[in-house]
Amino acid sequence: MIDREQVLHVARLARLELTDEEVGRISAELSDVLGHIEKIGELDLDDVPPTTHVVEVSNALRPDIVEPSLPREVALANAPAVAASGFLVPSPQADAEPS
Amino acid sequence: MTEFEPVIGLEIHVQLSTRTKMFCGCALSFGEPPNTLTCPVCLGLPGTLPRANAQAIHFGLMIGLALGSDLAPRSIFHRKNYFYPDLPKGYQISQYDEPLCRGGQLGEVRIHRVHLEEDAAKLVHAGSSGRIHGSDASVVDFNRGGTPLAEIVTEPDLRSAAQAREWLTLLRTTLRRLGVSDVNMEEGSLRCDANISIRPVGVTELGTKTELKNMNSFRFLERGINAEIARQEALLRCGGQVVQQTLHFDPQTERITSLRSKEEAHDYRYFPEPDLVPVATSEQMLEAARSAMPELPAAREERLQSLGVSAASARQLAWRTELGDYFEAALAADGAEPQPLANWICNELVARVGEDDPNASKVTPDALAKLVALVRQKAVTIGNAKLVLDRLVADGGDPAAIVEAEGLGVMAGGDDALDPIVEAALAANADAAEKIRGGNMKAIGAIIGHVMRETKGRADGAEVTRIVRQKLGL
Amino acid sequence: MSATDVTLLTAAAAVDAIERGELSAGELFEAYRAAAAGDELNAYLWVAQDAPAPVREGAPLAGVPLAVKDLFCTQGVPSQAGSRILEGYRPPYTASVVAELAAAGAPLLGKTNQDEFAMGSSNENSAFGPVLNPWDRTRVPGGSSGGSAAAVAAGSAPWALGTDTGGSIRQPAALCGIVGLKPTYGTVSRYGMIAFASSLDQAGPLTRDVTDAALLLRHMVARDERDSTSIGFPGEIALPASESLEGIRLGVPEELSDEGVGIERGILDAFNATLRLAEQLGATIETCHLPHAPHALSAYYVLAPAEASSNLARYDGVRYGARVEDGGLVGMYTRTRSEGFGREVKRRIMLGTYSLSSGYYDAYYGRAQRVRTKIADDFRAAFESFDFVVTPTSPSVAFELGAKTSDPLAMYLNDYCTVPMSLAGIPAISIPNGLSDGLPTGFQLCGPAFSENRVLEAAYALEQAIGFDELARRARA
Repeated sequence: MIDREQVLHVARLARLELTDEEVGRISAELSDVLGHIEKIGELDLDDVPPTTHVVEVSNALRPDIVEPSLPREVALANAPAVAASGFLVPSPQADAEPS
Repeated sequence: MTEFEPVIGLEIHVQLSTRTKMFCGCALSFGEPPNTLTCPVCLGLPGTLPRANAQAIHFGLMIGLALGSDLAPRSIFHRKNYFYPDLPKGYQISQYDEPLCRGGQLGEVRIHRVHLEEDAAKLVHAGSSGRIHGSDASVVDFNRGGTPLAEIVTEPDLRSAAQAREWLTLLRTTLRRLGVSDVNMEEGSLRCDANISIRPVGVTELGTKTELKNMNSFRFLERGINAEIARQEALLRCGGQVVQQTLHFDPQTERITSLRSKEEAHDYRYFPEPDLVPVATSEQMLEAARSAMPELPAAREERLQSLGVSAASARQLAWRTELGDYFEAALAADGAEPQPLANWICNELVARVGEDDPNASKVTPDALAKLVALVRQKAVTIGNAKLVLDRLVADGGDPAAIVEAEGLGVMAGGDDALDPIVEAALAANADAAEKIRGGNMKAIGAIIGHVMRETKGRADGAEVTRIVRQKLGL
Repeated sequence: MSATDVTLLTAAAAVDAIERGELSAGELFEAYRAAAAGDELNAYLWVAQDAPAPVREGAPLAGVPLAVKDLFCTQGVPSQAGSRILEGYRPPYTASVVAELAAAGAPLLGKTNQDEFAMGSSNENSAFGPVLNPWDRTRVPGGSSGGSAAAVAAGSAPWALGTDTGGSIRQPAALCGIVGLKPTYGTVSRYGMIAFASSLDQAGPLTRDVTDAALLLRHMVARDERDSTSIGFPGEIALPASESLEGIRLGVPEELSDEGVGIERGILDAFNATLRLAEQLGATIETCHLPHAPHALSAYYVLAPAEASSNLARYDGVRYGARVEDGGLVGMYTRTRSEGFGREVKRRIMLGTYSLSSGYYDAYYGRAQRVRTKIADDFRAAFESFDFVVTPTSPSVAFELGAKTSDPLAMYLNDYCTVPMSLAGIPAISIPNGLSDGLPTGFQLCGPAFSENRVLEAAYALEQAIGFDELARRARA
């Protein structure tokens, strides 16, 4: 039901790398779970509104008041790689393909 | 040969001038050192939650009111999921199918929607770094990350690059007038993408569109759109097809290149942001937005016309807020008349201060009003009044005092001094005098010119004419 | 009192003893610190080294220490959510509820092991090894708050914080023979809880008895400015006292209490025995219907992984956590995430990404949100005729380590009886319900939103009648 190609596509979207063995296993497992899940397709839900929140709250807006920011050394403290006062990453331009 | 018609829609991102970011209390960045305006929320630290900024919603509602949009009684935020280093959470919180504002119109262009979202951080290319296997590296600065943005999307109602540029000017003036944004294209607080397609004239169906990204000045917007129109036309003329894609205009080379997508296939997997609750626009919020609305350029244009200002001047004064403000300040002076004042501002003053704000010049609105009044009272000639304006622009001061000090005042009608000068002029221009006597009034120009030279422009032309007629017995 | 003696006190009893001056908070903390440091169940990922600063005079929880699930952020203290990708991560801030409890006089004792990012029902998905069930060390403690449940059951913590997304407090409480309460969604702040599924995650207490659950919850509920979805609790959580169920109507949903749906015979026997006790206490018992409950698990396994796939996108090796270089940016992302996340987490990210992806949203996510509406409606309808709905907590007793790791679907079925309440956002408690094959079972009782006080009262009455306390004491000894 969910084939290897779909698994690979979804893995790319999720930025996960799967070994050949994992692709096979996950496609079987996901098919299994999705097969169970698809039973909800049998329900008549046409006039039913979707629930995003079980609580009936709206707005919960924040006043536009400045709060202190973190000192830079704290902001950067957990970063795996730091340079020039910022978070160092491989350049996106360096990727030949968006993979 | 087939004539093509461009069809253009704009998507404008406006950084809102709130004090704090969209979803946290960090102050907005104005060039602070990198990563000094961050907190656990805007760094996307595990466990943190966003909280929407009430002022950003307020500004969004004001924009909606200004554009005549329908303001949604209920709108929600979605997550737009994609990976990029400038996006700390791996998703951008944005509005999707339930935006704050829908529809509307500004000038001749219909508005599709206005929604709120958070800005991305800044990614700065750092060159080669030994730390990442010698390959190219970038550095992320999260100061800008989370700045509130309003995205305004138009319908494809524009038909030329010049029109797009002119309309964007109106939008910018409107937003500036609202006080919701700095709207500075060069600094990125106003960013514009254009959706461009072309179709044979007379065809109603839309052609395939391309999206031209992030043109960072009005000039580049116009040039970029023109370049893309030309590219599409060339393609179609030689039997090719336009491919739907995202493009980048390089203002240096004027070349258009294809942008690689941030996420393959643009599968953003939108879903309602579960960490935020719906925005329910209450009557109270609406009232606050309404009462914060200033007069907008379109309304100002109309009002100025009703005061008797010409259509061209009214548009210029209304679309350049600072000119309009200057005009209204000058109009408040005693006895000022709208149309002459508008003329002096739109023609003479603008010619002298250019794009600068006249309110920041040495010519106070009151001084200009006095100068115009002096002209109207025939206390100074138009020619000399322009000289006075030159002096005002250079040094400021009071126009009457300058007229007095420089001896630029009109020689009054009953002034005995004028009579002998006219006499002398008639004598020196006997031919002209003869023609006038023969009924050719055009010849009077030579007499007046002579008098003006002699009086350094202080003589009133009408008065000179009167004396000439009197002396020639006409 | 000897060190062992003081750890035998319930938290509420310890608070009383400290207030009466019979016990010092420092002595109690040290006794638990030693017990936690000596833990052999792998229940802890971090234990406090030093005594905490003395609690303020009159603090209601008097210095009785608290074990906290790893996924609550604690400033300067490892907060790893049981994941390799956050190994050693020390946040610069503390979760609101942990800070609230510390201010109320419950200092941090340690961080407890859990399934990675709270995804699991057995605690075998922790990157730091499984937790063992104190009743039988060859068996799982349940999950995902397995470390918290095992620590409380084994007596190395007086009480603990857990989180419940689809049963992650109630199911391990049942499997370890303790009390676990999932409050109404929105009553306890989620700020600082490392997210699994935002619209379902809710913090709650794991305790030795119902009174302790009430006492801890009293100091957890609060509206928090930092959590837009938080609403707090109307009024105060009271300590339960009633031993009667006179006039109480209990509904037993056919859909969640039948052998046909895979609930073990021994579990049902224990459940039915407690129903008879309830009748003796004055309750009326009737069958009720939650017609959409059989679809709850399906909806849950769409909604929770979808939200998780997005919540876990921030683990990209840029700002914190593990990072594996691979030349380019995309390579760094994929290597970091592929090596940093465990198998179950990857499985759920895949499932969630798939169900949100273009062309599938309506069939999966959209439908699941509608099923959620129907399930909430089912409960609303049931509560028109019944005060509470009761079910077994878990379909089985604690199972052997490794028994279900290769069958995700079988593992997911552990949440069969707990997921409906999570989707409806209503409060549900699991209390010890006697043994089956020598292992604890749980009795689940749920009520309408914000009915915590009534739920606690009824649970207390049942707890007194069941008399499990002595058994649990023996398990700990």
